[in-house]
Amino acid sequence: MMAIRLLRLIVVLVASLLLAVPHAMGADATAAQVDALGQGGFPEREAAVNALVATGDARVVVVLQALTDGTLYVRKSDSKVVIGAKASGGLALKGPLDGADLGTVASGDVDKIKVNNGLRGKIRTAIGQMTLLSTDRTVRLSAAQSVLKTADPGTLELLKKALAAETDPQIKLVMELAEAVIILKTDAPAEDKKAAIALVTSHGDRDALTVLSTTLATAPDELKPDIQAGIDAINRQLQLWDVAQNLTYGLSLGSVLLLAAIGLAITFGVMGVINMAHGEMVMLGAYATYEVQQLLLSYVPGAMPYSLVIAIPVAFLFTALVGIAIERGIIRWLYGRPLETLLATWGLSLVLQQAVRTIFGPSNRPVAIPDWMTGQFALGGLDITWNRLWIFVFAILVFVALQLVLNRTPLGLQMRAVTQNRRMASAMGIRTPFVDAMTFGLGSGVAGLAGVALTQIDNVSPNLGQGYIIDSFMVVVFGGVGNLWGTLIGALSIGMANKFLEPYAGAVLGKIIILVLIILFIQRRPRGLFALKGRAVEQ
Amino acid sequence: MTGVHRIAAGLALGAAMTMSALAPVAAADDTIKVGILHSLSGTMAISESTLKDTMLYLIDEQNKKGGLLGKKLEPVVVDPASDWPLFAEKARELISQDKVAAVFGCWTSVSRKSVLPVFKELNSILFYPVQYEGEESEKNVIYTGAAPNQQAIPAVDYLMSPEGGSVKRWVLEATDYVYPRTTNKILEQYLLDHGVAKDDIKINYTPFGFADWQTEVAAIKEFGSAGKKTAVVSTINGDANVPFYKELANQGIKAEDIPVVAFSVGEEELAGMDTTNLVGHLAAWNYFESVDTPENKAFIDGWHKFIKNDKRTTNDPMEAAYIGFNLWVKAVEKAGTTDTDKVLAAIVGLSVPNLTGGTATLLPNHHLTKPVLIGEVQADGQFDVVWQTKDVVPGDAWSDALPEDKGIEADWTDPIKGCGHYDTAKKACTTAPAP
Repeated sequence: MMAIRLLRLIVVLVASLLLAVPHAMGADATAAQVDALGQGGFPEREAAVNALVATGDARVVVVLQALTDGTLYVRKSDSKVVIGAKASGGLALKGPLDGADLGTVASGDVDKIKVNNGLRGKIRTAIGQMTLLSTDRTVRLSAAQSVLKTADPGTLELLKKALAAETDPQIKLVMELAEAVIILKTDAPAEDKKAAIALVTSHGDRDALTVLSTTLATAPDELKPDIQAGIDAINRQLQLWDVAQNLTYGLSLGSVLLLAAIGLAITFGVMGVINMAHGEMVMLGAYATYEVQQLLLSYVPGAMPYSLVIAIPVAFLFTALVGIAIERGIIRWLYGRPLETLLATWGLSLVLQQAVRTIFGPSNRPVAIPDWMTGQFALGGLDITWNRLWIFVFAILVFVALQLVLNRTPLGLQMRAVTQNRRMASAMGIRTPFVDAMTFGLGSGVAGLAGVALTQIDNVSPNLGQGYIIDSFMVVVFGGVGNLWGTLIGALSIGMANKFLEPYAGAVLGKIIILVLIILFIQRRPRGLFALKGRAVEQ
Repeated sequence: MTGVHRIAAGLALGAAMTMSALAPVAAADDTIKVGILHSLSGTMAISESTLKDTMLYLIDEQNKKGGLLGKKLEPVVVDPASDWPLFAEKARELISQDKVAAVFGCWTSVSRKSVLPVFKELNSILFYPVQYEGEESEKNVIYTGAAPNQQAIPAVDYLMSPEGGSVKRWVLEATDYVYPRTTNKILEQYLLDHGVAKDDIKINYTPFGFADWQTEVAAIKEFGSAGKKTAVVSTINGDANVPFYKELANQGIKAEDIPVVAFSVGEEELAGMDTTNLVGHLAAWNYFESVDTPENKAFIDGWHKFIKNDKRTTNDPMEAAYIGFNLWVKAVEKAGTTDTDKVLAAIVGLSVPNLTGGTATLLPNHHLTKPVLIGEVQADGQFDVVWQTKDVVPGDAWSDALPEDKGIEADWTDPIKGCGHYDTAKKACTTAPAP
């Protein structure tokens, strides 16, 4: 018993000596505090983060950043905190403060230090406060934004100092707003607070609304009318913007519908083939994009940002070839027999789905989203996401290109000639079977292009096409068979109607209402919005 | 080659052929057949075909250990093709033609409801491995997934706690079908009982396979700007999740501001997504691949070896299949036969290890005890467990949160209460009101 006690005493003494040495050296007090991050649960970790921030040591930023990024680990052998990066054979370790190389270990030799949302928010604020005076513009901007997010009264002095030195107008705006929000939280004089309320109100966005509605509950009575007026003003503004925002949503949904349907406007609209495998062409285009990315990733990783641009011609050619094969192999035997075509292409769609499922497996394939397609930007009170904007631009480009092909090229002329009067065209020396194959190939290729765009917003799975086939037929029939302009107008108006109904009726009911409206419309005008007139109709 | 050699070779070949021709016949007599009823084509193939592979893996492992009751296990795989009536047909085929001893299968609630009459009529056992909406307890079904009180309610509890962010305002975002509808009914009642105002709950339904989430995500943002901490509880199903999360990331909804907790998003679903902008969003399950236990490591290593792909993830329904299979094996060993009634009598009260540590015990209501884990999405597509229940939670078939289910019990061991819907107030078996 005595021996054990003695031993324990010695251990404690040695340990305290060991601990005392870094303390004595002063500079490494921070190192001990960093190691504390690896101990205990979330409350202990939060205390450790606070202690680290209190040191004011600039090197701490790197450690905290690693902590939120999930690259901070505890080495199991000596419970030291280290930064790890993925390397061949496990993790390459670095000292958290000095960046010293600590060699590579197996991933089982270290434990990841976990953070939760609460802690992540705290760390973001802390990093924000510590980098508010950074020389890097983007760092400063995100610092200002995180200070705004938490609006901790303790940062007011720091913020004032940063604001005095700030020259960038955008960052200045964020900092001023942060200052105003903090003033609202402190017991500043009423005039200051009124000015702050005015400033926040002038921002007029949803964040400003959040700030005001949060302060309203705790504000002194004399400020309440001001705040309420601010809230009302912002709400009025937002309501106007809401209409515009719905418009952009409608345009975006419309552009997706347009992309999905425009290939069908060729195969079904121009050629009259009820192509139930159209959705699978879209799906094949999406898988082609995935394959392009995989190849780039393994051979030319540097080209990844342009993967989608490279995928466009690849997907087009691939699906066009598949389309031509389908036309030559199946559809050409079935011209003039719509029911058989419907059944054959439906069967084909099942075959294609199952083939993809067998080759790639049933689960979703990850398609990387390039940086230039992520995030959003504000346009007045509108939030526009980059991917939606690019898809809209892409849809319009495809539409224009298709119009040019149909109206300005010999192939387009022949296509129109063959669909309008096959026998006459044939008599004029046009190889109608060749034109049929080309037309079907073009329609399928365009469907493949839709697949490229859809990888950015939807699943890349064997079921991808099924979600779009009904919508595509709806758009083409509604717009008027055989008319690309009809498809454009049809897609955009269905998109708009959907998005304007959704906030009031909900997504489920909205969709039903649209379907009912279209059925009623088709009853009145069986040939859709833009009916073809003239002799072609009679066939 | 000399003549003698040629004759010898011919003989050897002949012998080999006879043996291989005889082998299946001989094997058929001393194998136990196990039915696997998961969709391998159609919409649900994305989730269910993994479970088919899991079952094949488990059966393979068991056979390596020497099979069951001295016999080899023989899997019988059928494909109900995500077609609900076909599930019933295939179940009948498995039980009456193939004479399987038990069936492991189904994913959606509607497929389970569709096969239920078949299992009752032919008296066989179904092991159902997916979290579901509760409100059911059947003699012929063993529920190895979570009931609402083992997933939804602990998740909400976590978000209401200071650690989870003291959430005061709730969006229940869901796909429009039976599981989200029932879960939301239970959750709404639970939230109201815990002092959340009616105005602070927003329930929104979207159709299956919904892809355009712009309006919904914007509405979540708007709902979250009322100055109270807001969270989203998502029961969005399957395919609709990827576009939903892509839109969340695009519109810049950070988990620190408005966390989304999902009940149908696991490692498998995240595998198709870029998760760098989704770090911190939550999922509630009874199992995560990242949980560091020796059992889990062995399971994952074996799975990778079996499927010959070390990138394949594991997920919660796979663990449920693992538990269900081990329970069945143990019950058959205890009963010494695969006879349905004897196995059902033996199985209640049995315990098998969880992959996350601890054990799962089968309760008299044919549900399990399970630990509940809350995980946060990481940039590598895995979940980090940030919270878990101190003890295992017993599965509750009839949720106490619903007034019409108060005092309803299910007990298949008791001769008097031996039904799935025993009313303790009336002291009699009653039938559940139609949902």
